[in-house]
Amino acid sequence: MRITEHPILDFLRGEEVSFFFDGQELIGFEGETIAAALHAAGVRVLGHSQTMHRPRGLFCAIGNCSSCLMVVDGEPNVRICVEKLKSGMRVETQHGKGCLR
Amino acid sequence: MKEIEILIIGGGPAGLSAATAAADLGANVLILERDDKPGGQLVKQTHKFFGSKKQYAGDRGYQIGNFLIEECEKNPKIEVWTETTALGIYEDGMVTAEGQGKHLKINPEKIIVATGASEKMIAFPNNDLPGIYGAGAVQTLMNLYGIVPGKRVLMIGAGNIGLIVSYQLMQAGVEVAGIIEASPTIGGYLVHAAKIRRAGVPILTSHTITKAYGQESVEGAMICKLDEKWQPIPGTEQDLKVDVICLAVGLSPLTELCFQADCHMKYVPELSGHVSLRNKYLETTRLGLYVAGDVSGVEEASSAMVEGRLAGVCAAYSLGYGNDVAPKLQGEALAELSELRAGPAGQKTVKGIMKLMDKGGAAC
Repeated sequence: MRITEHPILDFLRGEEVSFFFDGQELIGFEGETIAAALHAAGVRVLGHSQTMHRPRGLFCAIGNCSSCLMVVDGEPNVRICVEKLKSGMRVETQHGKGCLR
Repeated sequence: MKEIEILIIGGGPAGLSAATAAADLGANVLILERDDKPGGQLVKQTHKFFGSKKQYAGDRGYQIGNFLIEECEKNPKIEVWTETTALGIYEDGMVTAEGQGKHLKINPEKIIVATGASEKMIAFPNNDLPGIYGAGAVQTLMNLYGIVPGKRVLMIGAGNIGLIVSYQLMQAGVEVAGIIEASPTIGGYLVHAAKIRRAGVPILTSHTITKAYGQESVEGAMICKLDEKWQPIPGTEQDLKVDVICLAVGLSPLTELCFQADCHMKYVPELSGHVSLRNKYLETTRLGLYVAGDVSGVEEASSAMVEGRLAGVCAAYSLGYGNDVAPKLQGEALAELSELRAGPAGQKTVKGIMKLMDKGGAAC
């Protein structure tokens, strides 16, 4: 959910863009990370672990921990907490290590 | 290949302060910043800083960040490479980095490592569920992107970060179910704690989380009270329906590059993890390599800025710059650090630093 009013901050959002999450069209803003756009759309499960298939979500949000790896435009293991959203991006849930095509 | 006098790795409060200090004395400086703009974690700090005027007390964190960035931008001796991640520091002094898909080589005369710290995790069942975040992640989502992490939050840790982020969650319209803290006392400043209690949020000391639960993401948490030996007291369990668990349980220095550069390292609990041995001028056992900010021991942004300034002055001075003023500037920075560490929290840091300066440690 997006914050509309804040006592200290103004949020200057970029152009509205559409992207795809597991084939479903979602809306986000240019300049924000993929993680931010997915969170705003209520998506918290970003992938599943290799062995135990446990759900994986965002943890550090600054590119340190690798909990948020997803497949972006066919490329696996993208840290979506630091990767910026672009119009038309195809973002997919990653299972385990992902595979290079 | 890029030749440079001083290479600074990390463009947060320590790195930016180091750059300005070194460039002011006449040295040419290059900053490597992995993010798309410098400022480090100051960009998401909306609270006003304490300390003295010299450390920008009274200003909000992001305003301080903007000020430091402006100072660097207007100095022609400072170059900043954003979206560039340092990869390694080699025996011959060469540094490699990845920047915008390219492999880069840099040959610096001096290096200042100012890579900061990363969030700690604690052990409890289901601590890997989506909906469990480091406190910094919550700040990033909320204060940078204007997105709330959920509806109802359990905060773990009543240090300054736990208290400040709880308050920021309330400012963003999120309910904070409570703050729990395993130790019997609140670690953060009481002025922050009082603000939170006034808003009706309980701060439960001697409490811990026993598990998180939920199918695909967090749906709740079990907490319980601890006795004086930090053992769970049976019958004190409480079930909290929350969709977010926020961990504010401390940071660890991001010292991979120091290890890799073969600096002599030591585990110092008072400084929150493994840190490089170094002398009082922040030079490590690898000569010409300095550390500044959280990477040299986790503290806060105020001391990171002063350490950055000290490392910048020392690196430039060692290259022959500022012979007339550098000793005075070093003395001032050291005095400011002592002043910042004069309180009870600072005593822990001082004790940790003493361990780093032991005999057999860095050449002092």
